[in-house]
Amino acid sequence: MKEIFAFISKEFMHIFRDRRTTLIVLVMPVVQIVLFGFAISTEVHNAVVDVLGDMSDPMVQQIVCSIENNEYLEIGKILDNPDQMNERIRKGKAMAALCFENGFDRKLNSEGKASVSIVSDGADPNSAQIVSSYIKGVISSEQLNITTQMTGGGAATMRPNVQLMYNPAMNSSYNFVPGVMGLILMLICSMMTSVSIVREKELGTMELVLVSPVKPFWIILSKLTPYLVLSVINFISVLLLAVFVMDVPINGSITLLSLVALIFVGSSLGLGLLVSVISSTQQTAMLLCGMGLTMPTMMLSGLIFPCESMPVALQIFSDIIPAKWFIIIVKKVMIQGAGLSSIIKELSILTGMMVFLLWFSIKKFKTRLS
Amino acid sequence: MSGNIAIKVEGISKSYKATKALENINLEIKEGEIFGLIGPDGAGKTSLFRILTTLSIADSGKASVNGRDVVDNYEDIRRTIGYMPGHFALYQDLSVEENLNFYATVFGTTVEENYDTIKEIYSQIEMFKTRRAGALSGGMKQKLALCCALVHKPDVLFLDEPTTGVDAVSRKEFWAMLSRIKKSGVTIMVSTPYMDEASLCDRIALILNGKIIDQGTPEEIRSHYRNRLYSVKGNNMFQILQILSPLSGILSCSSFGCECHVAVDDNGPDEKSLLATLESKGVTGCTVERINASIEDCFIGLS
Repeated sequence: MKEIFAFISKEFMHIFRDRRTTLIVLVMPVVQIVLFGFAISTEVHNAVVDVLGDMSDPMVQQIVCSIENNEYLEIGKILDNPDQMNERIRKGKAMAALCFENGFDRKLNSEGKASVSIVSDGADPNSAQIVSSYIKGVISSEQLNITTQMTGGGAATMRPNVQLMYNPAMNSSYNFVPGVMGLILMLICSMMTSVSIVREKELGTMELVLVSPVKPFWIILSKLTPYLVLSVINFISVLLLAVFVMDVPINGSITLLSLVALIFVGSSLGLGLLVSVISSTQQTAMLLCGMGLTMPTMMLSGLIFPCESMPVALQIFSDIIPAKWFIIIVKKVMIQGAGLSSIIKELSILTGMMVFLLWFSIKKFKTRLS
Repeated sequence: MSGNIAIKVEGISKSYKATKALENINLEIKEGEIFGLIGPDGAGKTSLFRILTTLSIADSGKASVNGRDVVDNYEDIRRTIGYMPGHFALYQDLSVEENLNFYATVFGTTVEENYDTIKEIYSQIEMFKTRRAGALSGGMKQKLALCCALVHKPDVLFLDEPTTGVDAVSRKEFWAMLSRIKKSGVTIMVSTPYMDEASLCDRIALILNGKIIDQGTPEEIRSHYRNRLYSVKGNNMFQILQILSPLSGILSCSSFGCECHVAVDDNGPDEKSLLATLESKGVTGCTVERINASIEDCFIGLS
C-alpha cells in the first residue's frame, strides 16, 4: 500500500512541478468555460443598424424607435444615400441597414403596401442571419399593430407563439456548459494520462518501474488516480462557474450528475490508457488524443453541430464517442432536471463503454517492454 | 566464492524483425563475481540485459536468475535484482532524495533500513539531495542511479553500460565502488564497450553481432590469443598503417592511441623485417616490440 502512495505522490509532483501541465490541468478548464460562455456566443448583442429613408415619415419614425428599444439592436446613423450605406457596412461600422421607400407612411395607409429592404453584411452569414431575423421580428410586430389599427378588430394575421422550454432566453451557455464540461474532462483524463504514461516510456523510466515488484495493475491505478482527483476538482469548478457566473441552473440531482461524470471520467481514463498502449512517443499520444479524440468530440458530440443534421455515417460514428452520451445526459439532468429513469439508456451505454475501455486497455497494458 | 550459479543463460536467441540481436547465447555467471559483457555498440548487450531483467522475452532458449526462470517467475526475479539501464532512467524533475525514497518504497523498503548498503556512494551526493536529478552532473547522476539500484539490497545487480559517457576519473571511482559492492556478496553483471575495463572483471564474455565470441577470465582470454603481436611506435602513424596493412602474413594492423598493434600469423614477418620494411619505405625512427595481447587485441583477433 505504501508503494501505491509513493507512486501517486510522485505523479502529483510531476504535474505540479511542470508549470505547463499545471496550467493545462487547472487553468485551462476555467478559461475554456469562460471563453465559451462569454466570448464564443452565437447571440448578437447591440448590432448597429443604419437607416436610409425619410425621417419625417411617421411610420419610419415609429419603426426606428422600436428598433432602438430592442435590446439586441441599436440604431447607427440616419443616412441619405445608398453609397454611404455600402461604405459603412464595408467598413464594419454597421451590421445592417434598413432602406425605406419614399412616402412609406402614405403608401402604407393608402395602398396598404409599402416596401422596406433589409441589407445586411453577408460576409458573416451567421450574424447577418440573426440580425436580419431580429429586424424582421421588429417590423412584423409593427405590422401587426398597424393591421389592428386599420381593421379596428382582432389580429388579422396569424402569428405562432413560440415557447422555449427549459431555456426561454435561448441562452447559449445552456448548450456550451455541458459540452465544454465533457470536453475538459475528456481532455484531462485521456490526454494527460496517456502523455504521462508515454513520457515514462519515452524517457526510459518505465523500464525501472517495471523491474520493480509493484504489479502493473497498481502502476496503472497510481497513474490514473491523480487525473481522477483533478477531474473531480475541475468538475466542481465548472459546475460552480456554470451556476454562479453563467447562470445555468442545476435542475436535476447533483448526486446523479456526479455519478454520471465519474462514469464518463472512467471511460476517458480508459481511452487515455489505450492511447498510451498504442503510442510510443509523447507526440504520437498528443496527436492521437488531439485528432482522434478531441476533434471528433467537438465536432460530432453535438457540442457545435447538432447530431441530427449529420449524414447517417457520421451519426453512427458519433454514437461511439463517449462524450456524446455524456453531453446528452448532462443536458437532461442539469437543464431539464430529468431523473434516472429518463437517462437509463444513455447511462447504460456510457457505463458499458467505460467497462469495456478500462478492461481492454488494462489487459493490453504491457508488463514488459515491447 | 561459493561457485553456485547465479545467472544461467542457455541458448538464448532474439530477433527484432529481420535483425538478429542475439544468437544462441550461453553463459554461466557465478554467485558473487563481477561478470563483464564486453562488446561494441549494437552487439546485443542491452537485449541480453532486458531478457535477464524480465523486460523482454527471448524468441528461444532459457535463462534463469537465482534459479528462477526469467519468464515463468518474473515477479520473483523483479524482487531480488537491481537494474541500472544504459540511459539515465530516474525522474529528472524529482530531487535526489525524492528519487531515492521513491525507489526504496517501490521496492518495499526504506532508505533508513538499507542505509548501510548505499552509505558509501550516497554520502558523495548527499550534499545535493535537494537538487533535481536532471540538474546533476553525469558522474553524480550515475552515482544516484547506482544508489537507486542498490537501495533494496538486491542479490544480483545488472549494470548496462554504466560508464558510458562518464569521465575517466569517475570511471575509475565507479569500478572501485563495484569491487566494494562485490565484497558484500552481490553478483554483478556489467556491460561495457570499453575493453580496458575488462581486466577489472572476474570473468568476461566478448560479444559481437549477437554472438559470444569468447568467454573466461581476462587471463584466459588473453592466453587464447594464438598469433604474434608487435607494437610499432613512430611519428607518422597513418603512414605506418598504410605500409604494414597490405603486407602478406599480417592479420590486422590497428592503431592504439600513439602506437600501432600488428598481429602476424606464423609465417609472417618478425620484428626485424617489420622495421626493415618501414625503413625501406622511408619511415625512420620507429620502434617495434613484441607484446602480449590485451583484451582489445583478442577482440580484434576474433572479430
